[in-house]
Amino acid sequence: MANLAHILLFPGLLFLLVAGGFLSWFDRKITAWVQFRKGPPMLQPLYDFVKLMSKETILPRNASRMTFLSAPIFSAAGAAIAGLMILLPAFGVSTGFKGDIIVIFYVLAIPSLTYIIGAMASGNPLASLGASREMKLIIAYELSFLLIIAAIILKSDFSLDITGIMAAQQSGGAFIGSVSGVLLFIALLMCIQAKLGFVPFDAAEAETEIASGFLIEYSGPPLAFIKLSKYILMLVLPVLAVVLLLGGFNLEGWGILWAVLKILLVVLLVTLVRNTNPRLTIRHAMKFFFVWMNLLVIVAIVLHYLGL
Amino acid sequence: MGFKEHCFKKSLWLFHFGGASCNNCDIEILDCLTPRYDVERFGMVLVGSVRHADVLLVNGSINTKCRDRLLEIYKQAPKPIVVVAIGACGCTGGIFAEGNTFAGPVDKIIPVDVYIPGCPPKPEAILAGIVNFLNKN
Repeated sequence: MANLAHILLFPGLLFLLVAGGFLSWFDRKITAWVQFRKGPPMLQPLYDFVKLMSKETILPRNASRMTFLSAPIFSAAGAAIAGLMILLPAFGVSTGFKGDIIVIFYVLAIPSLTYIIGAMASGNPLASLGASREMKLIIAYELSFLLIIAAIILKSDFSLDITGIMAAQQSGGAFIGSVSGVLLFIALLMCIQAKLGFVPFDAAEAETEIASGFLIEYSGPPLAFIKLSKYILMLVLPVLAVVLLLGGFNLEGWGILWAVLKILLVVLLVTLVRNTNPRLTIRHAMKFFFVWMNLLVIVAIVLHYLGL
Repeated sequence: MGFKEHCFKKSLWLFHFGGASCNNCDIEILDCLTPRYDVERFGMVLVGSVRHADVLLVNGSINTKCRDRLLEIYKQAPKPIVVVAIGACGCTGGIFAEGNTFAGPVDKIIPVDVYIPGCPPKPEAILAGIVNFLNKN
């Protein structure tokens, strides 16, 4: 019974939706403040979601129906599974799953893959352009992301699960306290940026050039599910960053406040990067990850071996 | 008023269709998004695809070339959609009403919910028009 409550309520699905919606509002509000605007009200993500659920669904004539309509559901489901696999151990619920960090790496790729599949099924040339860009972006950042995870496994003395990584940090200090940790955090922040599809890596859904790219044909409930997967990722990826590098969570007394502040800090950094940069073309985004981010992570691994 | 209608009013996504416009109304529409007016306070955002839109903003005189495109855009939009005709040209045709390529004001082509006259209307007028419409229903 307690397990079911953990999966459905806290820190499970309900918490994922509520906190993810809150963080996406936080992101929009910070964006508004950066631009000296007032920004949307706090319930805006809820309004958007309910409105989209009540709108009409349009099927493009050339679309492959089943694939087009089921891709958003799989994207929300993939994001939710990734969320559960990260949040349950992060908030101290033992899952007894050894090596879950490897599985998380794969599951986190599901939302982006389903965006590509849905866009390809929609039969729209701009959507397939967006899908092709998203594919190139995935090829670029997944290698850096894998190298980051490898570096963190090295730093935590080869523990392959989130509980072990958090335990290593709580006994020996957060990984970000070292030079290699700072470099890894910068690279991870860029990977989060690309996974969320934010500026500078939003070439796949560039509104001004290819009219929302892979989302172009989605309307109504399918679009609502895609938004839902984005809300969930908005919580899950910062939590992953906190777990991997910022020392994880300790939910006792003042630890709760620290946990909230750590998540908000990561989201704040992501939002500030998003608001102070122009959009990179896909060629430059690939070069950025292939050359500079991989180099950064490799330098971090070497520094770790030198004891820094 | 149900919760669904409330959410619809709180989260209007705008899609902008510029006909054969002189660009003044386009600039005033973009003005609504600037920090001074900030329509995101009301949950409004400009979207890139008409499939996501709840409001179709139409401005500029509609001539024989853009009539078909306007109809196409309207058919592509998911219903319910609110159509807003902005500016003198969108509402009546303005000074182009007797031109020989003029294809009629917007409401001859698609059903219009809100008329915002002015050449160009001020951003305050555009906001007031949409807010009045939302309060009426």
